[in-house]
Amino acid sequence: MMGLVADRLRADANRLLAFLFNQGILDEQFLQLQQLRDESSPNFVSEVVNIHFHESEKLLRNLRSLLMDREFSGYNKMGIHLNQFMGSSSSIGAKRIRNACFAFRAASEQNSRAGCLRALELLEHDYCFLKNKLHELFQIQQQRVLAAGARYPMQN
Amino acid sequence: MDADNKVRRKEVLSSMCEQRARMLQDQFSVSVNHVHALAILVSTFHYDKDPSAIDQDTFAEYTARTAFERPLLSGVAYAERVKHSEREKFERQHDWTIKTMKREPSPIRDEYAPVIFSQETVSYIESLDMMSGEEDRENILRARATGKAVLTSPFRLLGSHHLGVVLTFPVYKSKLPSKPTVEERIEATAGYLGGAFDVESLVEYLLGQLAGNQAILVNVYDITNSSDHLIMYGHQNQDGDLALLHESQLDFGDPFRKHQMICRYHQKATTSWTALTTAFLFFVICLLVGYILYGAAIHIVKVEDDFHEMQELMVRAEAADVAKSQFLATVSHEIRTPMNGILGMLALLLDTDLSSTQRDYAQTAQVCGKALITLINEVLDRAKIEAGKLELETVPFDLRSILDDVLSLFSEKSRNKGLELAVFVSDKVPEMVMGDPGRFRQIITNLVGNSVKFTERGHIFVEVHVAENPKPIDDAKAETCLNGGALISGGRRFNTLSGYEAADERNSWDSFQHLVTAKALQDDASVKMEVADEASQSVTLMVSVEDTGIGIPLIAQHRVFTPFMQADSSTSRNYGGTGIGLSITKCLVELMGGHISFISRPQVGSTFSFTTVFGRCEKASLGVGDTKKSNAEDLPSGFRGLKAIVVDGKPVRAAVTRYHLKRLGILVEVANNVKIAASACGKNDSSCGSKIQPDIVLVEKDSWLSGEDGSMNLRMFDWKHNGHMFKLPKLILLATNITNAELEKAKAAGFADTTIMKPLRASMVAACLQQVLGTGKRQPGNGMLNGSSVLGGLLCGKKILVVDDNMVNRRVAAGALKKFGAAVECAESGKAALKLLQLPHSFDACFMDIQMPEMDGFEATRRIRMMETRANEQMNGDTDQGSVRKDEWHLPILAMTADVIHATYDECLKCGMDGYVSKPFEEENLYQAVAKFFKTKPVSDS
Repeated sequence: MMGLVADRLRADANRLLAFLFNQGILDEQFLQLQQLRDESSPNFVSEVVNIHFHESEKLLRNLRSLLMDREFSGYNKMGIHLNQFMGSSSSIGAKRIRNACFAFRAASEQNSRAGCLRALELLEHDYCFLKNKLHELFQIQQQRVLAAGARYPMQN
Repeated sequence: MDADNKVRRKEVLSSMCEQRARMLQDQFSVSVNHVHALAILVSTFHYDKDPSAIDQDTFAEYTARTAFERPLLSGVAYAERVKHSEREKFERQHDWTIKTMKREPSPIRDEYAPVIFSQETVSYIESLDMMSGEEDRENILRARATGKAVLTSPFRLLGSHHLGVVLTFPVYKSKLPSKPTVEERIEATAGYLGGAFDVESLVEYLLGQLAGNQAILVNVYDITNSSDHLIMYGHQNQDGDLALLHESQLDFGDPFRKHQMICRYHQKATTSWTALTTAFLFFVICLLVGYILYGAAIHIVKVEDDFHEMQELMVRAEAADVAKSQFLATVSHEIRTPMNGILGMLALLLDTDLSSTQRDYAQTAQVCGKALITLINEVLDRAKIEAGKLELETVPFDLRSILDDVLSLFSEKSRNKGLELAVFVSDKVPEMVMGDPGRFRQIITNLVGNSVKFTERGHIFVEVHVAENPKPIDDAKAETCLNGGALISGGRRFNTLSGYEAADERNSWDSFQHLVTAKALQDDASVKMEVADEASQSVTLMVSVEDTGIGIPLIAQHRVFTPFMQADSSTSRNYGGTGIGLSITKCLVELMGGHISFISRPQVGSTFSFTTVFGRCEKASLGVGDTKKSNAEDLPSGFRGLKAIVVDGKPVRAAVTRYHLKRLGILVEVANNVKIAASACGKNDSSCGSKIQPDIVLVEKDSWLSGEDGSMNLRMFDWKHNGHMFKLPKLILLATNITNAELEKAKAAGFADTTIMKPLRASMVAACLQQVLGTGKRQPGNGMLNGSSVLGGLLCGKKILVVDDNMVNRRVAAGALKKFGAAVECAESGKAALKLLQLPHSFDACFMDIQMPEMDGFEATRRIRMMETRANEQMNGDTDQGSVRKDEWHLPILAMTADVIHATYDECLKCGMDGYVSKPFEEENLYQAVAKFFKTKPVSDS
């Protein structure tokens, strides 16, 4: 029974991952990230990803406030934020977000406020989407660990 | 020309005019003379004879018969002078009254001049009083006064209405005194002879006789009254060439009257044909020249336009080509990413519990996926090369170990096929060279892979020599071998690795031996040589990969290096592959500064050989004295000084075995067969091991089997050694592939110790020997030499500082490095890093993000370097301090960057960094970067 549940969970997790890969939301960096998980830090991935989310939210807030500013001139600042954003998203393999950042940066380099706003919305959307999906994934994995914990040592 | 023409025209006109004038004048004077004669006739026969000998009839007849003498005169008539007093008598005598010109009876006048004789042509004027006409009267008066012929001004003649003049001669009754006065003349006048010149028809007739009549227009004028020229002939207002006229004076014998002839051309000067044609031709020529020039100009413009167009097209084509390559690179990269996902997922899938069928499917999918990735990588490589994006590394690497690696890759396949696979590297090839090991490996892998694919029997032999003054004899031999295909003889045994014939006979034993022995000879002088060699910065290697496969068909040989071209379509059917490998290989070889060529004979084999230029490795950069240790795989040094005998009938193969053993530091003797080996041993035995006491005897399987009394000989070994107290030499069988039965037989024969399966690799040989000799404290990790374990070995226990402002990145980098066993510390800014790196510190390396707020990676690195230099300077002054660490502080700093494209390597180096890694850490990438610094440190230290 437990085995069945574990199998189902694993299948779910794999399906979800496959979906994320398929849609170009994640890339292989995420897999590599998963490989970095070991006994000493079993929650490595979720840890890192949570840090990422935390940072990202801060960055998104900053970006939005920068863009909403009436006499808006913070393109430079925005670039720095975006670089950070890009760096951390490529580190966890969040490919789509990275691409959205690229677009955003392009827009900001052209000093196009409308473009920036659009890009920001897209970025926020992508971010929320990824966040949800990853939360889902972690949940599944959590359950897996719980389900498997009794019987087997952790896989992989 | 035109002027010339005009002058000529003028001359012609004047001469024609003169000619006409003279003629007219002559004719005129002839007529005048004749009229004169008539006058004399009348005077003689009418007045001097009494009675008169002339009457009207006589006169008419005579004049008619002599009319030809006066062609100009229409007729002549004689009028008698009659005074009024004599009129009655005269009228009576003639029986008619005197009439005026108007045919009326004449009024009374002083005197009359009635015509009494007339030529028939003018008979109508008989009895007319000539004095009644104004013109005639004047004429008559003037004539009798002068006694000469006089002319009237031109007027219309009565009969014909032609213009004419009347000529009048006086006839005197008696002889005049010699010099008569006017009164005397008048007194003596008896009558007047007159004739009418019909000037118009006359001139017409005259001109008709002359050539060129049509061309000119003749006018004759009476110019007595200079203000009013009277026309005598021609029309007053006739068209003609008014520009040019010629005037000729006419003298008709009447001094009172002056006449003039004016000639003009009928038509305006027709500009001469020559002038016209010349002008026309000139015009045409000008036109043509103009047209030619115009055409040329147009052509030049067109060509220029075309040229520009072509240039633009070329630029566009090149751009398109680059774009294509970039596109390919991008697309391949984009394909690679999901493919990695697929492969990753497949790997995950294979980890799950699967039924055997499912596993089979999944494995197949994985294999296919891997093949696809390989292909994509190849395409990417090619595209990168074409786009000029492929950059070669320059890092020190060990050629031999790379060759061993490649061989080990193919060992399974070659063993299955029963192929001999061997590598031989000349001693002269430096231990370490500078270059791109990855690309070199790729080249070798491609070539060997091809060879393995296309070879079913025989051998594959990789050779590396230093390319130096190529031997002309060999080349010549190669030429004949290449060109004269008939050289091959049937039953010959070839001195190649496996005894099969190879395409390029340069690799046969003769030349091989030549190379090897030459090298051996040079070993003595090697010190000198090395000094010389060291001087040059680079070394050119000649690598050849020889196989005895199916060869390349002659027709396909020229397109072997063209991408996607295999020898023929059946090739890909039978052997698979895309045919892109060789083209990439060629590109790579050329990038490395070399050439690739091949010699191939169908059904015999192919030999690909290429040259490549590597930098020499400065010994200093490798740490002192541990060049051996710097190999990626460390060969154990525990075999140094051991002695071995290799028994092998084939010298090339023996040389290969020897080469591998030599790398382990084993002294090697080669024996052709077992007997010789045994006797060698025996001899040595007798001299009590003074020379060679073999520790190991390696026997090639062929040699063992071919010796019909092989086993006996082996026993001989045993026997001989049993008799001594010396350690027995270990017997080792070398085999490409071996059946179980043979293995049993071998064991029975005395090869109890072990069998080494070929292809030989130094590390594998070392492992086997360790097993046999029992020296083996087996080193951990030896034998499984894949990337991560190596990386683990490299990084294990190292203390590494990661500097990145991005927490996520920091975490990931730390995680990745931790995974390889490194102790990681993090700093979130350049300043924090500086604080941590205050000397002395215990970090072994530092990974530095470039883009950081406040202080970026470049700046931080610069400061770290400054600190180090200061410390080093102090240390040089005070040597005691540096005892713990190396002589100098130099922390390897590696840049971390997400944008590999923008991160210019140069910039990293400029500010003192040692290299860079692209940010999501890839194992290989990380390994390459890290290997440079930690390689030199022995792994065993950790």
